[in-house]
Amino acid sequence: MFDFLHKYASPRNFYDFAGILIPWLAGVTVVLLAIGLYQGLFLAPPDYQQGQSVRIMFIHVPAAWMSMFVYMVLAGAGAVGLIWHLKLAEMTAAAAAPIGASFTFLALVTGSLWGKPMWGTWWAWDARLTSELILLFLYLGFMALQAAIDDPKRAARAGALLALIGVVNIPVIHFSVQWWNTLHQPASVSSIAKIGAPAIHPSLLWPLLIMAIAFTVFFAVVLLMRLRAEILHRERYTHWVAERIKS
Amino acid sequence: MNWSEFFAMGGYALYVWGSYAAAAIVLLLNVVAARRREQSVRRELQNLQTLNPSDSE
Repeated sequence: MFDFLHKYASPRNFYDFAGILIPWLAGVTVVLLAIGLYQGLFLAPPDYQQGQSVRIMFIHVPAAWMSMFVYMVLAGAGAVGLIWHLKLAEMTAAAAAPIGASFTFLALVTGSLWGKPMWGTWWAWDARLTSELILLFLYLGFMALQAAIDDPKRAARAGALLALIGVVNIPVIHFSVQWWNTLHQPASVSSIAKIGAPAIHPSLLWPLLIMAIAFTVFFAVVLLMRLRAEILHRERYTHWVAERIKS
Repeated sequence: MNWSEFFAMGGYALYVWGSYAAAAIVLLLNVVAARRREQSVRRELQNLQTLNPSDSE
């Protein structure tokens, strides 16, 4: 296990490994998106209350899940970087931030586009919406902090601390619909334990899950692309990078 | 269901297609931004090599 870690956690091996992985994962993303979009737009029935607007769910919910999942990846990588000074972990945190910010932005925009016809408003200062907006600011704060500190080691440490403090916000987002009386509806797919009997029909659940997996694999693709660029940048004075650049 | 009905989305066209368009833009920009970053790093590395060819020996 440690040998395995040592081998693939070395930036050089990871760079080559990621290069092989990216086209495959990109192919999987395209196939999953095609299936998810077909099911979501053509097969899923309109909702009896929300009509066709329910189709926004297949974008909105996966985007919102990703906004939190990517944040946990960022904070987790930040923690590993803080504790073991693993360069690859520091780079993972930095590479994940703009992707997570984009998913958070998408969740907010699609939420707004769904809220207008269903609630009659683009925005409300409701607990769920506000905590998701704070998540966007956490991502942007992390990115600004990284950009403001020149020394990559210090930037990684400061960023990881900010990210770890911001983790408090994740349960707040998740439980906000239970703790407070929000305009936002509670979860329909609430936990793994209830996945056998979620409060959502399979014809809606399948496209939702497929889109969620598609977004997750897409995240992996972009993360690996960004990591490869970061590895080249941080290892720019090494012999192996010079070799890769020549070819 | 015919195509014009499909595009009308039961009167929610703006909101539904707006959401899917937003998703398409966000996914596309993610790929573009990642590519740009890699290109700028590669340019920087090439400059580094032309300035200091001995480093790569």
